[in-house]
Amino acid sequence: MSAGFVELWVYLSATPLFGLTATLGVYVLAQAASARLGQPPWANPVLFTVLVLGALLMATGTEYPVYFSGAQFVHFLLGPAVVALAWPLWQRRAELRQRWAALVGAGLAGGLAASLVAVLAGWALDLPASTVASLAPKSTTAPVAMGIAQQIGGVPALAAVFAVLTGLTGALLAKPLFDALRLHGPALRGFALGTAAHGIGAARAWSVHPSAGAYAALALGLQVLLAAFTLPVVLPWVLARLP
Amino acid sequence: MDGGMQTLRGFVVLLLCQSAGEALARLLGLRLPGPVLGMLVLLALLAWPPVRTLAAAAADALLPHLSLLFVPIGVGVVVHLGVLAEQGLRIAAVIVVSTLAGLVVTAMLLRWWCPAMADPAPEAPLSADAPEAAR
Repeated sequence: MSAGFVELWVYLSATPLFGLTATLGVYVLAQAASARLGQPPWANPVLFTVLVLGALLMATGTEYPVYFSGAQFVHFLLGPAVVALAWPLWQRRAELRQRWAALVGAGLAGGLAASLVAVLAGWALDLPASTVASLAPKSTTAPVAMGIAQQIGGVPALAAVFAVLTGLTGALLAKPLFDALRLHGPALRGFALGTAAHGIGAARAWSVHPSAGAYAALALGLQVLLAAFTLPVVLPWVLARLP
Repeated sequence: MDGGMQTLRGFVVLLLCQSAGEALARLLGLRLPGPVLGMLVLLALLAWPPVRTLAAAAADALLPHLSLLFVPIGVGVVVHLGVLAEQGLRIAAVIVVSTLAGLVVTAMLLRWWCPAMADPAPEAPLSADAPEAAR
């Protein structure tokens, strides 16, 4: 009986079925728990799902590529989802036309602030130069951060890890921070989240308010463009001047 | 036409836009991700009502679950955290401080330049020129 169960587990855990079922199953549970608790930022469903699945993989000795063979079906949908962000932007096109200068200015300043503070803090804490260069583009979405890190002497894989950690950090800290500083308005909060914490911040904003989600989507798209053009120029200049 | 079929057709529109974005990035040698260019392609096509109806149906089905889509990358990060063990605390400090800086600078500037966005009251209703897709 138990030998049969082990055999069955070995078979099932090696098929894509395991990764897909585990991803969706744990996420559905995390969503339900978060909704029950009134969606506080510390019960972020992504964070919870990621931690539970990480623990599950380690406890069962499942290799990440085996898990990913199933999870890739979920991962793939990120592309179409980014394309779909055009829709909430279109719905708000009138107010965006009015506010575009303020939005571009704030996105540019916020993105540069996040990047420069990361470089200076990393340098002050005596981190290796390649780690600092990998931390610099972390406020942009992971694939873009990897490309920029490579151009400025960072490690792309590290940059992807830092980008994801940044997204989770932003999603967790934004609400208490904004409450403390009395920064209100779903549009304003959403835009700041999308600027500093890209897609994961946008997903958090989306779960709070549709307007916050739309502005976060705008900020994340804008940040990709701004970062791709400014960071490869500004960062080497800054890095070269640090002793 | 029922909502499910609309959503499926809208999904085809999204995939076509993403493909166009990937093609543009390669052909023009741009260092921008294909889906982001695909978003710009779709934004241009939304002026056309049939595309708008379908894309709206797919977007309304997909976007509420945006956070789920980051789970596979996130699990990869957790599994590879051991690599960072030695510099871990300092890296965590850098990430927290710089993320807070990005949030504060963006939000403060917006409140200054565009006070309407800092209004905690509910937003004005959206322009109703396209049907919200079946939920």
